[in-house]
Amino acid sequence: MLDAKIPSGRLEEKWTDYKGHCKLVNPANKRKLEVIVIGTGLAGASAAASLGELGYKVKAFCFQDSPRRAHSIAAQGGINAAKNYQNDGDSVFRLFYDTIKGGDYRSREANVHRLAEVSANIIDQCVAQGVPFAREYGGLLSNRSFGGTQVQRTFYAAGQTGQQLLIGAYQALERQVALGNVKMYSRHEMLELVKIDGKVRGIIARDLVNGKLERHFGHAVLLCSGGYGNVFYLSTNAMGSNVTAAWKAHKQGAYFANPCFTQIHPTCIPVSGDHQSKLTLMSESLRNDGRIWVPKQKGDTRRPNEIPEDERDYYLERRYPAFGNLVPRDVASRAAKERCDEGYGVGSSKQAVYLDFSAAIIRYGKIEAGKEGRSDLSEAEIIVLGKEVVKEKYGNLFDMYEKITGENPYEVPMRIYPAVHYTMGGLWVDYELQTNIAGLYSLGEANFSDHGANRLGASALMQGLADGYFVIPYTIGNHLADEIYAKAIDTSHPAFAAAEQSVSDRINTLMNIKGKQSVESFHKRLGKIMWEKCGMARNAEGLKQAITEIQSLKKEFWSDVRIPGGINEMNPELDKANRVADFIELGELMCIDALNRNESCGGHFREEFQTEEGEALRDDAGYMYVAAWEMTGDNNWTLHKEELKYDVIKPTQRNYK
Amino acid sequence: MEHYSMNLNLKVWRQQNAAAKGGFKLYRVENISSEMSFLEMFDVLNEQLVHAGEDPITFDHDCREGICGACSMHINGKPHGPWYANTTCQLHMRAFKDGDTIVVEPWRANAFPVIKDLMVDRSAFDRIIQAGGYVSVNTGNAVDGNAIPIPKNNADEAFAAAMCIGCGACVAACKNSSAMLFVGAKVSHLALLPQGDPERGSRVVNMLAQMDKEGFGACTNTGACEAACPKEISLSNIARLNKEYLAASFVDNK
Repeated sequence: MLDAKIPSGRLEEKWTDYKGHCKLVNPANKRKLEVIVIGTGLAGASAAASLGELGYKVKAFCFQDSPRRAHSIAAQGGINAAKNYQNDGDSVFRLFYDTIKGGDYRSREANVHRLAEVSANIIDQCVAQGVPFAREYGGLLSNRSFGGTQVQRTFYAAGQTGQQLLIGAYQALERQVALGNVKMYSRHEMLELVKIDGKVRGIIARDLVNGKLERHFGHAVLLCSGGYGNVFYLSTNAMGSNVTAAWKAHKQGAYFANPCFTQIHPTCIPVSGDHQSKLTLMSESLRNDGRIWVPKQKGDTRRPNEIPEDERDYYLERRYPAFGNLVPRDVASRAAKERCDEGYGVGSSKQAVYLDFSAAIIRYGKIEAGKEGRSDLSEAEIIVLGKEVVKEKYGNLFDMYEKITGENPYEVPMRIYPAVHYTMGGLWVDYELQTNIAGLYSLGEANFSDHGANRLGASALMQGLADGYFVIPYTIGNHLADEIYAKAIDTSHPAFAAAEQSVSDRINTLMNIKGKQSVESFHKRLGKIMWEKCGMARNAEGLKQAITEIQSLKKEFWSDVRIPGGINEMNPELDKANRVADFIELGELMCIDALNRNESCGGHFREEFQTEEGEALRDDAGYMYVAAWEMTGDNNWTLHKEELKYDVIKPTQRNYK
Repeated sequence: MEHYSMNLNLKVWRQQNAAAKGGFKLYRVENISSEMSFLEMFDVLNEQLVHAGEDPITFDHDCREGICGACSMHINGKPHGPWYANTTCQLHMRAFKDGDTIVVEPWRANAFPVIKDLMVDRSAFDRIIQAGGYVSVNTGNAVDGNAIPIPKNNADEAFAAAMCIGCGACVAACKNSSAMLFVGAKVSHLALLPQGDPERGSRVVNMLAQMDKEGFGACTNTGACEAACPKEISLSNIARLNKEYLAASFVDNK
């Protein structure tokens, strides 16, 4: 059994207690301690900035041309915080409870409670940085609701919350760069972890512009490199999002936890053809006002506006009256798949459902008419007023939808379908966010810790910033306080040389295959296997097939991939090959994990394990644990378990009816 | 929406690296669906090139949802192509018709040197932010988020300026390669909020000094930047920048 080093004591006092007793490093010593941060999304940028402020010597790396472009920027809807500004019954406990329940009772109580505790500080910090959150006319912060909750606790900046929060963190980071506390390495990719005497001592990074390998020493390394959704090829992740940094750590001994827990987001723009390179999310916040439906009649080919009200099946409202269109993501996604599989799908592919704003437009229009005291308005005039309100709330999302599909969502309902969006699994970390390798930490989506088997909307931004601003600055001290005696190790050390050699050998091997198939074609094939057999629904037989298929795909990749260009130059095909090679290995582990978990929970739905109504059927007696995998050889893993103990919450079957 | 497919001629800028001399090369792509995005059309072309044993075209791109600001193609003489308020990644092929010839170049500006083909170095923008594009507040210093009410109009205007994605289209569109819209957006975003007030003078002075140092040109208010901006950042932000600069120059600021 793995020990997560959760402090003893009452749940609500653990974090306060921890902070009161963790080790500190004095300012003079901080200047001598070097910290490497991989990734500059919300977790990485906030950690690098905060640690720079504290006085540590920080080096931050990102593969993009600027830290401001990390994929956190694409988060749309909002960030949760237990502020209870709405006086609607919210509290730290309720945010904690919703998150645990939303995660289908597969996350750690202590971590999630800490997350809920610091959530309010995040909002304060971001406001102080100048993040322009939405406000009411009185000048105070505005809130909206999100899936899986019954209170309004989501703070937002139109449909661009992630962008605004990331720019806040980016500006804090650039300030530290200007002050000389952080050194920034853009267009760099981490390709190996360096360990000396069992401790992390640095990394090998590749400068993507000239292809040169660099050695960097650190007393600690923080992996804030995001999720691995691109293993499915098509996902809402950015094209460059990858698992490579985390996977290198995994190959060096770091455990990878719950890899099969992936989140399929219910509201994405459907695939339009084989050329599709990525999928685009339509924020969950749209489910506040949009109603999801399909025709009651199978294979109905009428245009949506021609289908009368009583011939529409608002299946979420029908199946889940208490939460309606705001059920959690996993539930909404499965319900959409169920309708489409049964033949009720819409659009040319029949792999889509409608998200309809006409009722909201009329409702808002009437409210506006009421504000103006006009009872004489025609329906058309009310609709005009209503569209204005909807535009203010979701304008940028509607514009994006129209650009991609060529259809105007103010006039016809959006067509949406579930798509891979987020990965709850990731590197195993303890309460301090430290992996099982001393000095190696993982923050944000890259770790597994807070979302269990399903993440609630507006919680990813919360977790990334909680880890970076408010958790790691305390917990890293506990490790670094003992490192003050350790002088910086010169990178001429044999361990650095060996690590660099292995990276260089691997790149040479890849370049010398000179096969016939492009990197892209392998990635597409991997994605297809994963989506069909390890996607929204899985079964033992399919997973076993997938494992065999992935193993042979791996062999084919390493014998027939073609990478044009050279090593010592900007070569995006080579960068991609490095990443796809890792995705292939990860894909196999995801299937192994999914096969091991003989239950359904959250985003992991095994067809063999469901209730009569088709809901996920957990097996708490058998699987109330974190599955942390250790790589023990090629295609070989050993399972370590971390038992999940619920002291405060009593796990039940999730019920959103 | 009717879908169709098309054959296209592409005239693309190829340049091996910053030091090498570049030039246009002609390519032909066939059976391009009107539903594809512009970058997906480039994916198709690059797959062709890989199979033909040629070097694929290098270009910056990441989120492909119009928010990260990575993509940066000058298409038929316009940054991000023909659509209004749009990024290259969100440009879709229904903007073109069968038989079209499309010219694609990188951003052209001294301050944005070409790295390879269509990829340029925009780190000058990061250095302008380092010069003062932030509020100096360490983690843990904050008061309650509702302690200082901010009038909704100010918050909305600050947000409209903060929407800048740092893509550099404004610079690419400007005949002088000026970065005034980019700098104006950041100065406005922070000057409109009470949190940005204490540093407003030094911020505008230092950011402008850095802008000049990076080799961006002067502003002549022709508005090409605003017309090309994918996020509709308003020219009034440049006016506010000038006002802030003038105010700062009356008081002692370095």
